Amino acid sequence: MRYIKVLIMILALGIIWTKVSFSSDTLTPEEIVRACYVRFYYAGNDMKARILMKLIDKGGQERIRDLTMLRKNYAEGGELSFAEASEGRQKYFIYFHQPSDVKDTTFMVYKYPDRDDDRWLFIPAINLVKRIATNDKYSSFVGSDFSYEDISGRKLKEDTYRLLKEEELNGKGCYVIESLPKGSAEYTKRISWIDKVSYLPLKEEFYDTQNDLYKQFEALEIKDINGIPTAIKRAMKNVKTGHRTEVTFQSTKYNLGIGDDIFSERYLRRPPAEWIK
Amino acid sequence: MDKVTYNNRIICFSLLLSFGFWVLSSPVFCAEEPSIRGFLQTNYSARITGVKLPGAKRQELMLGEERGRLEGSYYPSNTKVGFNVKGDVFHDWVEDSWGVALREGYMDYLMDKFDVRIGRQIVTWGVGDLLFINDVFPKDWEAFYSGRPLEYLKQGVDAGKLNLYTDLVSAEFIVIPHFTPDNLPSVGRFFFFDPYPNIMNREVEKPKTTFGNTEYALRIYRSLGGADLSAYAYKGFYRTPAMRADNFISPTTISHFYPELAVYGASLQKSALGGVISAEYGYYDSMDDRNGKNPGIENSQSKFLIGYQKAFQNDLTVGLQYYGELMSQYKEYKAKLPPAFFRKKELHQYITLRVTKLLKYQTVKLSLFTFYSPDEEDFFITPEASINVTDNMLLALGTNIFTGVKDNTSFGQQHKNSNIYVLARYSF
Repeated sequence: MRYIKVLIMILALGIIWTKVSFSSDTLTPEEIVRACYVRFYYAGNDMKARILMKLIDKGGQERIRDLTMLRKNYAEGGELSFAEASEGRQKYFIYFHQPSDVKDTTFMVYKYPDRDDDRWLFIPAINLVKRIATNDKYSSFVGSDFSYEDISGRKLKEDTYRLLKEEELNGKGCYVIESLPKGSAEYTKRISWIDKVSYLPLKEEFYDTQNDLYKQFEALEIKDINGIPTAIKRAMKNVKTGHRTEVTFQSTKYNLGIGDDIFSERYLRRPPAEWIK
Repeated sequence: MDKVTYNNRIICFSLLLSFGFWVLSSPVFCAEEPSIRGFLQTNYSARITGVKLPGAKRQELMLGEERGRLEGSYYPSNTKVGFNVKGDVFHDWVEDSWGVALREGYMDYLMDKFDVRIGRQIVTWGVGDLLFINDVFPKDWEAFYSGRPLEYLKQGVDAGKLNLYTDLVSAEFIVIPHFTPDNLPSVGRFFFFDPYPNIMNREVEKPKTTFGNTEYALRIYRSLGGADLSAYAYKGFYRTPAMRADNFISPTTISHFYPELAVYGASLQKSALGGVISAEYGYYDSMDDRNGKNPGIENSQSKFLIGYQKAFQNDLTVGLQYYGELMSQYKEYKAKLPPAFFRKKELHQYITLRVTKLLKYQTVKLSLFTFYSPDEEDFFITPEASINVTDNMLLALGTNIFTGVKDNTSFGQQHKNSNIYVLARYSF
């Protein structure tokens, strides 16, 4: 049964891929961003990645966040439609390997399209699971230059989009799209260079209320994993503070059939060894 | 609790049992490397009220210690068992002594639908922030009030725990054969209110480790409608001592003991109103004094709390809680209360506020926690600043401020204990 599901998912993805590839000339800016969100935040039915984050201050001092991230997509109604893929529910499970004072700490997120996320944190020193309130638009993810939103994605309807131009970046044809938030956001303007082939964001610039560039994202290396183009090296730099975060996806796998039960209090307290290695 | 006072027989028994499970489980195919880590820390706290504590062991020094922690865990792959041991070695300047403490030491036996944990383990239940209703497990209040890291507020229990997982509900069932009391502010380090200060010799009688004194704790939990729901039950003992006297008006002998207690409760936690809301209830059935006529033993109580936590922009988080304890048989309590005792209100309340602000890419943390009781008119305020100099090096500076209108309320009695503390920790 699972294989049939996987097959259906692959077929559905194939259809999406085809649709995107064949009709790109007629895509609206919003559809381009939607495709980008699907490829960047929703790739595969599920994903497991060992992620190394280097948090580097302007003096060059490094801090390390070594973590395993599990992610699972949930398509409402059993069928993965294109719209749902970019707006669907997701569950995240994060296990920290390093630094040593947070080793064994786990973090879980249920992400919903229409309401606030649910987030839980497990603190191993006192064996406590608690819900935490976070402001994902503004809060930094584990002290890095990435906000929670940069990690798990932003809702499509929260911005308006405009195609500024089409240009080449590092030899790759890109749509250059401007996103303006409708409500409150960390940025007042975001400009994204979205690869016409992979639909991954190759570069993004974030502007503040003074219309100054303050944060810049770059996808430094893209690798094909299980047929899914994946940005395995990424960097976010705060141009105002000089602080930057370099992210390496050391191992990434898709469509592993991660069980729903993994995303539970049980495994927060005792991380599943077979999944977090 | 930093004394090796635990019943060694239980530990030996647990370890033997652990070994038994290990032998019975599947063979080890490709063992994982055991993981080792720990920290070295120095932690000092000094009274800042300028009041000399009679019989103080080290004048203003309430806490002065160097401590090393070693933690090892080993969960061989392809087996169903794992081990975890956390131990501390420390030198205490107040007592001028060395000590070792087993913080935790347990074995896990992991199955598909259940698992078992045997040995010394820390268990934390409930949804309160520093307010405990259904968390009936031992606390170290002395550690908390003298500025030790928060994890030391919790003490381990020597216990067996069964976790059950079903589609409908999950459950934790804990059997504690050996009683561990709370560690309360002690003579020689803290000022505290004593209704009978002239009676020095006091026996403290702990429940003996017998089958009849076994403690049981049960938590059943599941998610429903986006909320985390738990129901709790406990049968055991109060962890703060009660008083026995030949008479309470002018006693000549006093002893302390731990009365029987049963607790039934429930909790809820849910994302709502742009933050997280928490609610918890517990009925404390004071089994040795159900009619409320014994002034040495706590009356039965209903305890409840509601809390709300919200995160704002720029790593600022604010949490508010309201907590109440409603006493049963208040008329009996008032009638039998000895004149030397502080008279509690029928409804004892706390309002707490927590503010946390992170700065400099979350390397600097400014936090504030306050308790305020409107009925006892006292405060406990703990501001703290900490900095992660590197990933491995943490420095913290904070104060514990106690203040109150009266000298015999929960925090008012501690007003001479206000202190400042420092911590430096190197983790490896």
